[in-house]
Amino acid sequence: MLAYTFKRLLALVPTLLAASVLVFLFVHLIPGDPAAVLLGDSATPEDVARLSREMGLDRPIYVQYFIWLGHALQGDFGTSVFFRTPVMDVIAGGAETSILLAVLTMIWIIILGIPIGVMSATRHGSWVDQLASGGAMLFASVPTFWLGLYLILIFAVWLGWFPSSGFPSIHEEGGLLNLRYLLLPSLTLAAPNAALIIRLVRASMLDVQREDHVRTARAKGLHPARVAIKHVFRNALISVAAAFGFTFAALISEAVVTETVFSLPGVGQLVVQSILRRDYPVIQGVILVIVCLYMVINLIVDLAYAWLDPRVSLK
Amino acid sequence: MALLEVKDLAIAVAINGRLVPVVRGISFEVEAGTTLGIVGESGCGKSLTSLAIMGLLEGSQVRITSGSIVFDGQDLLALPPERRRAVMGADMAMIFQEPMTSLNPVYRVGDQITESILQHRRISRAQARERAIELLRLVRIPDPEGRIDSFPHQLSGGMRQRVMIAMALACDPKLLIADEPTTALDVTVQARILDLMKELQAETGMAIMLISHDLGVIAETCDTVAVMYWGKIIETAPAAELFADMAHPYTRGLLASIPVTDREVDRLEAIPSRVPLIGETVTGCAFHPRCGRARPVCADIDPAAIAVSPSHSARCHFPGEDSA
Repeated sequence: MLAYTFKRLLALVPTLLAASVLVFLFVHLIPGDPAAVLLGDSATPEDVARLSREMGLDRPIYVQYFIWLGHALQGDFGTSVFFRTPVMDVIAGGAETSILLAVLTMIWIIILGIPIGVMSATRHGSWVDQLASGGAMLFASVPTFWLGLYLILIFAVWLGWFPSSGFPSIHEEGGLLNLRYLLLPSLTLAAPNAALIIRLVRASMLDVQREDHVRTARAKGLHPARVAIKHVFRNALISVAAAFGFTFAALISEAVVTETVFSLPGVGQLVVQSILRRDYPVIQGVILVIVCLYMVINLIVDLAYAWLDPRVSLK
Repeated sequence: MALLEVKDLAIAVAINGRLVPVVRGISFEVEAGTTLGIVGESGCGKSLTSLAIMGLLEGSQVRITSGSIVFDGQDLLALPPERRRAVMGADMAMIFQEPMTSLNPVYRVGDQITESILQHRRISRAQARERAIELLRLVRIPDPEGRIDSFPHQLSGGMRQRVMIAMALACDPKLLIADEPTTALDVTVQARILDLMKELQAETGMAIMLISHDLGVIAETCDTVAVMYWGKIIETAPAAELFADMAHPYTRGLLASIPVTDREVDRLEAIPSRVPLIGETVTGCAFHPRCGRARPVCADIDPAAIAVSPSHSARCHFPGEDSA
């Protein structure tokens, strides 16, 4: 297991390098001189030339890349054009909201997706199953922004149970109670993904249920619930775990929409606004952070996969 | 009283809401400590019969439509689910055809054996593990202390079937049901598994119900044989008597279709035509369209079991006759 983990960590390096090249070149694909963009319309050509030199833009592009990479490795993605503060500080500002939103969303996905999926599979064909499958189909196909707007309309505007937008930090007045601001957004974000997990848990449990070893387990005289959890669900988890990696990728793009709908000061909003502001250093920084995060999550998923299925690490 | 008494057992499969009979009223007994072989070709209902006795039809499209299964004095079909499960894996255990897929790939073999013990016996985990090692030694697995922590994929097919047997023997069953236990194994391994089963029977005194399509396997291991065709037992006799004097033309056909090595033959004998399909209606004897000795009566009247000797009976209007 340790050797496998090490091997996988090593495999991350080339992927990260490739990602960094793409992220770096991304700025250079945009027409115009970044120095000119930085200084604005009123800058004189002399100013632009001076800044270009200061920024190292007159050097060969591969030299620029290595200088940029060296800084990036130390967590220095440069200075935001808009905020005039280090990019890392700008990203950190949105991180609390995004991390809490992600954690709440994952909790929803797990507590909704797994039990409903298991129930649906064990009572295959019953009204419980039909309701769950129908619901899952509905929520998997509803667009995030639409669901978000409806949740705001029902729970914030009509019922007044939850706030409709914004998120004061949990360090502000109200403390953890401020998490209620994230309840509707996390539910919005969780709905399509939980629906996916419901369908996946159900389908893979029904698959496993037909396998010979489940018959062996039943022949031992085990209680049906024990067979369902210990033998069917446990084995179905292998394919469900693999899907969590994809779920995370979907979450990132859906989070951008959700944060916009609920006006949350998260990283997703930051990306959208930075693109509108042409704040390239921030865009670069955020993309690189997301790439790293995505790779780490996938590594965790793969490790979980190897841990769940003893046949994997040997291959 | 016999250990297992099956009476008029009928099993049907629900297809599009209609119950189609597959096993059409079979009766047989297994005495304690003996081996009954059930032989027949694919689809004759022998596996369904074993699953019905074991209690594994629940939740499927298959229903027991009539009959009774009395095991060790208890009517199994009348037991509530909880008490039925107390019999499964304890007094009655089963091994299956596919050792490659019959073990759960994600658990160590030791855990799968102890699971069965802990389900039925009030003992500690450590004691159960001791028992599991003892069982692995019993089924002649080398280095049982090391093998107990193997995953199924680390074992060969023969080894896995030995693990299955160890698992089945975990709670000293009175009856072991073996559904094609050697079909998926290669021939040398087959012989070793069958020998092992015979030795274990001698040691433990359990009864065995062996389901096979292979007359050779049956001849080697069984005390009594029941031949099934299209959901019915068409001939039953002690093994020695059956192989000495086959009364039913189907049984003879089965034997004739086995390749032999002591004389040269151009082509293998085959029984002409095919078994009627599930749900097909056949009047008279189900075998008559394929039978060399069929006469007009065979197409009209389904023969009852006729005693050829006190212990040997066949469902044939003309038992023991040579085929035309």
